[in-house]
Amino acid sequence: MQVLGGNRKASLSSRASRILFGILGLVLLAVPYVGVSSYVVRMFTLTLMYISLGLSLNLLSGLAGQVSLGHAAFYGIGAYTSALLSLRLGLPFMLTCLAGGIMASLLGLLLCFPAMKLQGTYFTFVTLGFGEIVRLIILNWAKLTRGPMGLPGIPQPVILGIRIASDGAYYYLILVIAVIIYAVVSNISNSATGRALVAIREDTLVAEAMGVNVFKYKMIAFGLSTFFAGIVGAYFAHYISFIDPSNFTFDESSLILSLVVLGGMGNLKGTILAACFLIAVPEVMRGLLAYRMLIYGLILVLAMMIRPQGLLGSQKRMQVS
Amino acid sequence: MLLQQIVNGLTIGTMYSLCAVGYSMVFGILEFVNFAHGSIYTVGAFITLTLVSSGRIGFGVSFLLSMIATGLLGVAIDRFAYYPIRSKRAPKMNLLIGSIGMSIFLQNLAMLIWGSQTRNYPEVLRLGSTRLLGVTISHYQVVIFLLTAFLIVALQTFIKKTKTGKAMRATAQNVDATKLMGVNVNLIVQIVFFIGSALACVAGTLVGMYYQAADPWMGFMPGLKAFTAAVLGGIGVFEGAMVGGLIIGIVETLAAAYIHAGYRDGIAFAVLIIVLLVRPTGLWGKALSRKV
Repeated sequence: MQVLGGNRKASLSSRASRILFGILGLVLLAVPYVGVSSYVVRMFTLTLMYISLGLSLNLLSGLAGQVSLGHAAFYGIGAYTSALLSLRLGLPFMLTCLAGGIMASLLGLLLCFPAMKLQGTYFTFVTLGFGEIVRLIILNWAKLTRGPMGLPGIPQPVILGIRIASDGAYYYLILVIAVIIYAVVSNISNSATGRALVAIREDTLVAEAMGVNVFKYKMIAFGLSTFFAGIVGAYFAHYISFIDPSNFTFDESSLILSLVVLGGMGNLKGTILAACFLIAVPEVMRGLLAYRMLIYGLILVLAMMIRPQGLLGSQKRMQVS
Repeated sequence: MLLQQIVNGLTIGTMYSLCAVGYSMVFGILEFVNFAHGSIYTVGAFITLTLVSSGRIGFGVSFLLSMIATGLLGVAIDRFAYYPIRSKRAPKMNLLIGSIGMSIFLQNLAMLIWGSQTRNYPEVLRLGSTRLLGVTISHYQVVIFLLTAFLIVALQTFIKKTKTGKAMRATAQNVDATKLMGVNVNLIVQIVFFIGSALACVAGTLVGMYYQAADPWMGFMPGLKAFTAAVLGGIGVFEGAMVGGLIIGIVETLAAAYIHAGYRDGIAFAVLIIVLLVRPTGLWGKALSRKV
């Protein structure tokens, strides 16, 4: 009986959340049409970008437990690849965007090798170092990237003959990207692959003993996660139309990781909530411009104190160390 | 030329060593990377700067007061930020994010208090330089070497000879067993934070004087590199942190001189990645066997 009751409760809450998601979807679709200023639309665009980045890192760090402090590197590689291909070769956006994703993913797969040997903090530090090295290469390879001067005049994307030019159009494009990433990551987390990744996160040795091909699943996690980061990077480059190495620093990586941890490791809705929170809060506090980052730092510390499992994380997943 | 670069590299390396000791001690006990360590270094440099330029007290006293103040800041950070997170038995990742938050907080606090412009560091010690074997060694560099050597020997003696030092070593080995032996582990952690932060203050002050400049972001890169040094030497191993810092300082200076100056900040990370792949425990670290 108890089991049945539990099930009914679960299905009720899942129906409620489905309705909630439906309403949320409608609201998101209507955003550019309800007469809000273009500033608000841009805010939504930015938030969706960070949601996408957070979701992509959640696959790697939340589900597979490979905590990375170098995600901005892949985001940057995607941005630069796409920008350079369209600036130098004039290739269409669909192609350059895909190339950005693939390029990021190829470099992301490189990280599989340290990930097989190292664990915990050591691995995290390798990703941090990797991120810094990528940033320095972008900064110093002036012949290709124009170094600190950055790449101006990145063209607007044209998709299936439609030019993406207005704030609304950019908004819909990132909405589509975010929804695709959400769908893929959420499907994976509910599949056998997702369970294998969680097993690797909880105890790699046990997972291996149970017959999980650790290398293969880490490849999947790294490849997909960095691919998505690259795609978002490509979008960013064409949205903002000017990129330089200062867009892809350690601060960016730590912000993306904060979204995952603050939302609750492995919890996709939590990441979305955390992104809304962390992107919106500094914007709302614009009046307190000088204190903005001060408060942001404080919020991170307090959040870790008050809700160690993250906004939507479940208690039972906590480690007993 | 080569020798000169090595001397310069050693100078900056000793600073990394001083910071690395702080990282290493904290990591040895709590197994987490205190990202705020670099910001503590910045705050330490600024506190000394403020005390010295107030003109009321001499440099020596200012330096000592600044070390104590920065040490207490480290203790306060542990008590009010890390301890509450730790006591919830949350995943280690929370402490990492918390310390990144703390680092952002301190950086911006320093910016609010001391401004975002680069501040000139007063030239407190007017010293000349000596030429030896074709190498110019400024007397200030000699002061850095001697002071660092003194601090390291003092700390080493403290850890090896005193009862508190013994408790520190025991805590690093096994926190729970040490608790059972009646050691106040939280007090030990606070002592470790005090020492580490005071050493970071020394490094920050000396670097500020060496380059004659200080800004709110001065501690970020040295902080990361010092952690790299600690890992390189074998985290939790005192000698490892020292030697790791020197190696990073020399390699990075040589690379900047002979390969490409633009990659100076990346060299430490490249070294770290290579070392971790070849020898995951660092140069001095003991191999850990995993119990199943």
